[in-house]
Amino acid sequence: MAASSLQSLNPTFSQTLASPNTSPSFRSPFLRFNSSFTPKPLSTRSSSSLIARSAAEPQERKTFHGLCYVVGDNIDTDQIIPAEFLTLVPSNPDEYEKLGSYALIGLPASYKDRFVQPGEMKTKYSIIIGGENFGCGSSREHAPVCLGAAGAKAVVAQSYARIFFRNSVATGEVYPLDSEVRVCDECKTGDVATVELREGDSVLINHTTGKEYKLKPIGDAGPVIDAGGIFAYARKAGMIPSAAA
Amino acid sequence: MASSVISSSPFLCKSAQKDLGFPKPSQISVHRCQKRAISRKIVSVMAPQRSSSATGSVKTGMTMTEKILAKAAEKSQVVPGDNIWVNVDVLMTHDVCGPGAFGIFKREFGEKAKVWDPEKIVVIPDHYIFTADKRANRNVDIMREHCREQNIKYFYDITDLGDFRANPDYKGVCHVALAQEGHCRPGEVLLGTDSHTCTAGAFGQFATGIGNTDAGFVLGTGKILLKVPPTMRFILDGEMPSYLQAKDLILQVSVLSLLQHLSPFTASELLTGPFGHKSEIIGEISVAGATYKTMEFSGTTIESLTMEERMTLCNMVVEAGGKNGVIPPDATTFNYVENRTSVPFEPVYSDGNASLYVELFLPLHVGLTYLLFSMFFQPHSPDNRALARECKDVKIDRVYIGSCTGGKTEDFMAAAKLFHAAGKQVKVPTFLVPATQKVWMDVYALPVPGAGGKTCAQIFKEAGCDTPTSPSCGACLGGPADTYARLNEPQVCVSTTNRNFPGRMGHKEGQIYLASPYTAAASALTGHVTDPREFLQ
Repeated sequence: MAASSLQSLNPTFSQTLASPNTSPSFRSPFLRFNSSFTPKPLSTRSSSSLIARSAAEPQERKTFHGLCYVVGDNIDTDQIIPAEFLTLVPSNPDEYEKLGSYALIGLPASYKDRFVQPGEMKTKYSIIIGGENFGCGSSREHAPVCLGAAGAKAVVAQSYARIFFRNSVATGEVYPLDSEVRVCDECKTGDVATVELREGDSVLINHTTGKEYKLKPIGDAGPVIDAGGIFAYARKAGMIPSAAA
Repeated sequence: MASSVISSSPFLCKSAQKDLGFPKPSQISVHRCQKRAISRKIVSVMAPQRSSSATGSVKTGMTMTEKILAKAAEKSQVVPGDNIWVNVDVLMTHDVCGPGAFGIFKREFGEKAKVWDPEKIVVIPDHYIFTADKRANRNVDIMREHCREQNIKYFYDITDLGDFRANPDYKGVCHVALAQEGHCRPGEVLLGTDSHTCTAGAFGQFATGIGNTDAGFVLGTGKILLKVPPTMRFILDGEMPSYLQAKDLILQVSVLSLLQHLSPFTASELLTGPFGHKSEIIGEISVAGATYKTMEFSGTTIESLTMEERMTLCNMVVEAGGKNGVIPPDATTFNYVENRTSVPFEPVYSDGNASLYVELFLPLHVGLTYLLFSMFFQPHSPDNRALARECKDVKIDRVYIGSCTGGKTEDFMAAAKLFHAAGKQVKVPTFLVPATQKVWMDVYALPVPGAGGKTCAQIFKEAGCDTPTSPSCGACLGGPADTYARLNEPQVCVSTTNRNFPGRMGHKEGQIYLASPYTAAASALTGHVTDPREFLQ
């Protein structure tokens, strides 16, 4: 269920306590860009709405370990979840599971290894490796949802389409990570890999080839993912009241 | 015009760019002698003038998009990169994403929660309507329940699937309905659970697509967390040739924006028109695609476009990765809007000293009819390049005219105009899917200019097209198996729709050529990919 997966993607948050008079430097979770823009610090958020964090909490690493599934460039949302399956409503638990079983079913026949085996509901691949512009096309949230429902934990791609990236962060269904090189050219479906998320330098380790790849810091998306999705984040920011009983 | 450099090489610009001065634009023009006319392409890339992040007393100029977002966030100033909470003026959803969005809304805000404003939500069933698929039908019922419970003012309902005309509230394709029903207004923020929500940017507003979770959030709060995008400005000047349409423009501009990933050679190949006329767009434009950026369109060509053509232009901004598209509102805009709504609005314009990510000058030139085959297939594959050159020999199996991109009244008028001028019969099944009830009625009621009083419907019938069908999104995105005109076999289709990814219209091996209505009509007449100039002179 999406809500529980939000919780499972919520590592222990640790950050220095912001003094009431300083604005924290805040980077948007939703922007992916190639230019050298420096995001402006968010100076208008009332600091009283910030959650106080103990500076003494240790940084926690988040790791995903499993098999890789490698795809190419421009994997659009029609390939991730063809339109005929959009009648399934993701907020309905049974239909959420069904969506998972159709994840990446739209990939052409040239992909001999299917992401979800016919007859199965879940995938055996936890890490999806993609090229440029992963998730382009439609805004259908069914796309990151079906990947998460199928059992994928993270996507490592060269670049993302913005709606897909944003939906991944908002739902917390999969961690969208950026690689610095064309990892999709160097990994094969079935490779065993680990993704380690750390403050500053996250890595993808391909155990089958022995190669390690630096990943761009989750940075921008951190606050929302760490909070557990847009709703949890908004509650922490005081934008909406805490979930009532 | 600046002095021109005569060259036959499209790659001149690449080396010349190294001499680009900052911040003055460098004028580079390339002369091309072609059979029909001399064309001149000037592509000017202006380096971004980034304002420093100093919060001094000097107010920086803002682009249209920045102004709209600043106002909606109740701020006097924003710059690209700012992350702000924005008030939403209109939220649109449809039958595919509505159930999910409301499901999330209830889960997060409580079963008894009420939407933030029942008059600011527009629910438009349009995707999977005329089908026997039970889940699809159920989704419309689910929306009816939500709308009843929440007292949603605008719900364009359909209950009689057998006869769309028996449903007085039903409209059809959401983006066209939003415009036709007066929900698009300059200066506002419009969000929709559909990627082509960017269509509404044609009205000089901020409009973009969001997912169910974001929509669920907006339903409860009327706000959304947005990052202010930098603006890419495209200035299109010059008279539109009579056989070109907005679809051709946006196909070219979309490819231009995606050129970051292609070598100039590949880009040049991809941009080859169907008859060997190489497009003059220079491959190496130092833009990072349009991803996460605003695509702002202005210039005399844009000013000459009707609202429907402007909608077509902004519709495919998302295909280039753009966050939103926007066109400065003018008399054309006000005329359209004021005829459809009395809600007051405040138009907004970019400041002269606004910071831009890049500004591109694209004077129109001859020979730009553009077809796009499988743009999103492996762009480096040799097959695609060969096909671009030899398009005119490509045999097609069917033609589809419809969707938010190419199924509006003017799109059908254009197709009918070409059919009438040709006076021939189509050689392949030609499917016509009016976007909305209103478009359907126009197709049957409005006389086509220059056709002696004949309506589109009459002309289509004489040309042997299929009867215009019930208005909806139809087969643009495939849909349930029984969707009219769905690609159920690996056929070749020329379509006025917006995407041609594998399986988009149904069959994974179906091949879809995206084209303007003129090009689609011309191709229907020959059974091959065809330049409309063959029939329009």
